[in-house]
Amino acid sequence: MTSETVRVTSGTGIANRIPAVVPRYLPLLLLALGWEALTRTGLVPTSALPPLDTVARAWYELASSGDLWTNGVASMTRGAAGLGLAIAGGSLIGILMAWYKPVRAAVNPIVQFFYPMPKSALIPVMVLWLGFGDASKVVLIFVGCLLPVTLAAFNGARGTDEVLIWSARSLGASRARVLWEIVLPSALPEMLSGIRTALALSFVLLVSSELIVARQGFGYMIGWLGDGGAYDAMFAVVLTVALLGFAADRLYLMLVRRILAWRE
Amino acid sequence: MPDAAHIVIDRVSHEYRPARRRPVLALDDVSLAVGEREFLALLGPSGCGKSTLLYLVGGFLPVEQGAIRVEGRAVDGPGPDRGIVFQHFALFPWKTVMQNVLYGLEKKGLPREERLRVAREFIELVGLAGFEDSYPAQLSGGMKQRAAIARTLAIDPSILLMDEPFGALDAQTRSLMQAELLRIWQRSRKTVIFVTHDVQEAVFLAERIAVMSARPGHIKEIVEARFDRANPELLRSRQFVEMVDHVWNLVRGEAILAERSGAA
Repeated sequence: MTSETVRVTSGTGIANRIPAVVPRYLPLLLLALGWEALTRTGLVPTSALPPLDTVARAWYELASSGDLWTNGVASMTRGAAGLGLAIAGGSLIGILMAWYKPVRAAVNPIVQFFYPMPKSALIPVMVLWLGFGDASKVVLIFVGCLLPVTLAAFNGARGTDEVLIWSARSLGASRARVLWEIVLPSALPEMLSGIRTALALSFVLLVSSELIVARQGFGYMIGWLGDGGAYDAMFAVVLTVALLGFAADRLYLMLVRRILAWRE
Repeated sequence: MPDAAHIVIDRVSHEYRPARRRPVLALDDVSLAVGEREFLALLGPSGCGKSTLLYLVGGFLPVEQGAIRVEGRAVDGPGPDRGIVFQHFALFPWKTVMQNVLYGLEKKGLPREERLRVAREFIELVGLAGFEDSYPAQLSGGMKQRAAIARTLAIDPSILLMDEPFGALDAQTRSLMQAELLRIWQRSRKTVIFVTHDVQEAVFLAERIAVMSARPGHIKEIVEARFDRANPELLRSRQFVEMVDHVWNLVRGEAILAERSGAA
């Protein structure tokens, strides 16, 4: 509370926050400088690690040709579809598992068994069943992200304070209403952190599946550029994916902070 | 015994069955009648089953042995005729004070304007005007309990169940809240069952005090405590002090028993 007040009164908004961001990400800047230095001095051959400025130039070319954009849109659409389905499905399954014993008995062993399995092992299976197009990637991401969300929703819902349920019931809420109005929001903090894990996982599964079989997407570009020896362009795509993953995570955290503002 | 019994507890026993441990008899053959508009305290040492009895009346736990009737009908689950206030407030943390108070009014199906009017009225009654938009996390313990009381009173239950409602508050706040509760009760005249282990609190608030034994709980004695509560000197009057002494003597032996059996 107090630190919040101090920040609001002493700062003039964004102008005061920018200098704070610079030292926080200083290690990243040093890493970039180190990269440049290693390649410029010839300590590392440019065939293994192209200098950052040539990577930047390659990025600019990929971006202006529209290749980066079309492949990026393809990838992001797959990722969003798979993750979105996993969030919807996982939340529903997890909460129903917590609320209805028969659902728990039926689903729990399956979840337990498949949870530790590396989902990338399913890539060839998905291709066999669904072909080379979008469906195999979307379903892979869905399957991979489903369990972290399911487990988080399950644990969150099971942790619902009993007296909140009792309060709602004595205020006139039906059991079904309680599930939606009390159990779901109680589970939300844990669900949101499960979804964050799933978000990171979706990038992993997206790129690795596209790397193996695809005709479009970031992973496909990385594979294809690497095979063709265009290492600077390949690194440009790798860095783009890294940056997008980072931005998605930051944006997600901001969203979570807004949703959970009541926790103070 | 008051003539028009509002709540009848008829030979109720209750067993707790914790997972992987031996069942514990919490209540042993409890019978009690609470009159219409009566303020009754359930007083007893920790672990004597007084909260369990309250939860049975509330319909939160199933009545397995004996019967509980409210207005002649057997209790079957929670209902808005029996409002409850818990020791740890049980406010919905993701809702503001206003939204918490509105919750039960929405369930009642009141039109929007009417809901807002009633909610404001009760927020004002408990002295929380100006805090309508605060989240529970932003309130002190006393304010949280005021909000919880407003939420329960707003739906106008004929019975008010209170489970050590001031037990989590500091001494000063507690005595303030006790006086507030009496003021509110004198205006609304609901049937109240007030669970406490604080002798002075029970004597100060209740017209009758049901003293419970250590586990397994049963009613040891029922004490009438009818004072002129408008008297500001009441707490220092000989009559009051003697009553506290008398009740304390009844409870002391039980508290020692409870202490020895290690009941939490």
